[in-house]
Amino acid sequence: MLQIRIHGRGGQGVVTAAEMLSVAAFEQGRHAQAFPSFGSERTGAPVVAFCRIDDREIRLREPIVEPDVLIVQDPTLLHQVDVFQGLKPDGYVLINSRRSFDELGLADIAQRFRRERLVTVPATDIALKHIGRPLPNAVLLGAFAALSGLITLEAVAHAIREKFSGRIAEANVAAATDAFDYLRREIEELHAHAD
Amino acid sequence: MNQPIKFYQTGTFTVGNRLLAPEQRTVQASAERSNSINSGHRACQGCGEALGARYAVDAAMRATNNQLIAANATGCLEVFSTPYPETSWQLPWIHSLFGNAAAVGTGIAAAMKVKGRKEVRVIAQGGDGGTTDIGFGCLSGMFERNDDVLYICYDNEAYMNTGVQRSSATPHAARTATTMAVGPEPGASFGQGKNLPLIAMAHEIPYVATATVADLHDLEAKVEKAMSLHGARYLHVLVPCPLGWGAASHDTIRLARLAHETGLFPVFEAERGEVTAVSKIRHRVPVEDYLKPQKRFAHLFAGAGDAATIARLQAEADRNIRRFGLVEERETA
Amino acid sequence: MLMQIEGSQAVARAVALCRPEVICAYPISPQTHIVEGLGELVKDGTLAPCEFINVESEFAAMSVAIGASAAGARSYTATASQGLLFMAEAVYNASGLGLPIVMTVANRAIGAPINIWNDHSDSMSQRDCGWLQLFAESNQEALDLHIQAFKLAEELSMPVMVCMDGFILTHAYERVDMPTQADVDAFLPPYEPRQVLDPAEPVSIGAMVGPEAFMEVRYLAHAKQTMALERIPQIAAEFAQRFGRTSGGLVRAYRCEDAETIVVSLGSVVGTLEETIDDLRAQGVKIGVLAIRSFRPFPLAAVRAALEGAKRVVVLEKSFCVGLGGVVSTDVRVALSGLQLHGYTVVAGLGGRAITKSSLARTLAEAVADRLPPLTFMDLDWGMVNRQLEREKSIRRSGPVAENLLRDVGSVASKVA
Repeated sequence: MLQIRIHGRGGQGVVTAAEMLSVAAFEQGRHAQAFPSFGSERTGAPVVAFCRIDDREIRLREPIVEPDVLIVQDPTLLHQVDVFQGLKPDGYVLINSRRSFDELGLADIAQRFRRERLVTVPATDIALKHIGRPLPNAVLLGAFAALSGLITLEAVAHAIREKFSGRIAEANVAAATDAFDYLRREIEELHAHAD
Repeated sequence: MNQPIKFYQTGTFTVGNRLLAPEQRTVQASAERSNSINSGHRACQGCGEALGARYAVDAAMRATNNQLIAANATGCLEVFSTPYPETSWQLPWIHSLFGNAAAVGTGIAAAMKVKGRKEVRVIAQGGDGGTTDIGFGCLSGMFERNDDVLYICYDNEAYMNTGVQRSSATPHAARTATTMAVGPEPGASFGQGKNLPLIAMAHEIPYVATATVADLHDLEAKVEKAMSLHGARYLHVLVPCPLGWGAASHDTIRLARLAHETGLFPVFEAERGEVTAVSKIRHRVPVEDYLKPQKRFAHLFAGAGDAATIARLQAEADRNIRRFGLVEERETA
Repeated sequence: MLMQIEGSQAVARAVALCRPEVICAYPISPQTHIVEGLGELVKDGTLAPCEFINVESEFAAMSVAIGASAAGARSYTATASQGLLFMAEAVYNASGLGLPIVMTVANRAIGAPINIWNDHSDSMSQRDCGWLQLFAESNQEALDLHIQAFKLAEELSMPVMVCMDGFILTHAYERVDMPTQADVDAFLPPYEPRQVLDPAEPVSIGAMVGPEAFMEVRYLAHAKQTMALERIPQIAAEFAQRFGRTSGGLVRAYRCEDAETIVVSLGSVVGTLEETIDDLRAQGVKIGVLAIRSFRPFPLAAVRAALEGAKRVVVLEKSFCVGLGGVVSTDVRVALSGLQLHGYTVVAGLGGRAITKSSLARTLAEAVADRLPPLTFMDLDWGMVNRQLEREKSIRRSGPVAENLLRDVGSVASKVA
């Protein structure tokens, strides 16, 4: 079972991101469960959403305390909420930021995990470029597809088109694709450095 | 001879109907009337509500060709009309709860609409307690949505069925079991009664009217008018309660007439928030004439009397007369 | 057809497939998405003919349903928590009159203190009124149960409450198999009322009944629920035959065959329990889960049959009878009367507190070792409780309880889970 935890702030589409991720997994013929954290929701307040993906029916319903994947939509959360709590040693981390992991001051946290699985993506910039609004949720899903290979870009595109329609859907798909390509390049670089 | 002849009811013995053209006669005058609330019910002698309900529902049955369903709130009417295992009702009738008659009516109307049964109409009815207090929310909701229901309130100005407790329709100074005629401020010392007809008008519904059991023709005409319209409609009928008002059981109709003739109970019609017709006072009388026969106001006349309160009630009557134009303008000689 | 949608939307579509004629509802978290979904289906013409009424309170919602149902229309509403209480008088009225209304209760805690999250206190508060109460473990089951509910309600002329955990199920996206209209039509015939307001054949409904017949009228409600004990498994079987999957029924046993310890529960927590039980079984513990699907009528015989071979029974419930302990466990005890086994009540998850596999594993290990007290509150912060009790001992004007405790908890928003 793959457990993904998404952090962000109210109004950034965190819950939608988890839902789209579950639709993408469904599109690939897998079982998926997505649900929001149950805190008081308010624009700007920290929000957490969860997504489980498996090849069999998912019965577990507790909040995800040991995620395999962490997606952080808002880097200002990094020093307010312990987003890394419970992350598995082999876990993936994807942070929406122009800065690198080290530049974000996360170097020592990075030590605990696999360096090539910790990346940042300027998702808000990409979103602004394609969608015209700072909504990084779909963008980050495209990046995640590249990062992990656990979800395909096609499935992400399908999920986006299920949630949104018309121009907005296409803009989000373009943004997600852009992030996918961006991350592909970044991973090649990371591997090149590691070698 | 073309001059219309006006006949007035002068008590329970009415001569007018037999001399009128058939189409001008009341529903009650007809042997074919539906008798929707059949005899054998357990109402008190002189019950204004039993009378009002019979008048109103029979008129509604005729107006709808007997295609009528009634929702009834808990209260005197419901209790005395359905003593288990009997029922006096000759039409489909449901009693649900105290405060939800309007909502139940809404539900029935929705069912008829969804089933395409356009010819079947709905009335919801209750006393003042079930209408102005506990049923107020549902009533307002029904008005606001303009649901196709005629709501009839039989107003005897207190919670009679449970022993004459004060309701928001209880007039100022009246004695009830929870506003006893004792102490420095005897009777209902606060408020003057919630004006449901005006509140109904504020919802701008198609039709609002008030009536009393003293004028049968008027009441029936208003029911007929209401049933000729669709949407939310409200009829507020003053129905004296001999027991609760401390009046003689033969005075029911007389007291209803006096309520009108003093100006304390304005009789009028309104459509979409605008008054369209009023029943003028033929022979204006001071409020004392109305108050004296009722023991619930006896404390106003005991000892030295309570001139201030009587004056306040008179002022209320005067205001109604002014506000609704209830008295013909008299030319000064 | 398989789809990945929100639980509320799955329920809305399933209800729509049942061709309700009158839908009336008042918004309350966490049921809102259900009625919004239905409202949209009516407005865009997908669900027709149907009257969707925006009522002004939950009391009005149930009252409108009563009027509509009595006039022969298939009627539906949904609520939760405070809303269920606000309509309580009408809820009793509906079952007392024998009207086959179907209602979704998106289980939520009841205040004070105000709390929008999941537990079972709302449906439990109405367990005596005569409504049948079915509990769903997953969104698939939630949608399936609504279809079964209309059939059950109309056959018996009794209203049915379908209970699904608020947020945990209503707001979760899951894979569901949505039936076709043709299949639902074949399973659920049009509503044929036992009593109906019709000018062609006038009847009076809602008479006052005194001591001479009240007991008999109320007994008949009980008799109907007793009939339901037979009918519920049959309807579940008919459903399985037509739709190809098991949903509903009275109870469902998981790994109970040779179990020495059986955990009894309802609703979505059963899923987490099954995962926990699998882990414990792998460690050699002989433990199983009994999920109660029909809470009213309470399946005494089925529960007894499932539990009588065990040494100990742990009732894990999201409900709480203040002053006594368990709600569900009290009913389970009735089923077990005369049998000698250890019984434990574990109250968990009140007000939406997460029930985790690790807490369950720890608690069940204690139970298996017979170290658990008869009544426990899982994951209760005793420090917080005792600090408040001390506060109250030391000063009269100790202030509002909830505010004191929240000050102890500190900022919630920065917590991860």
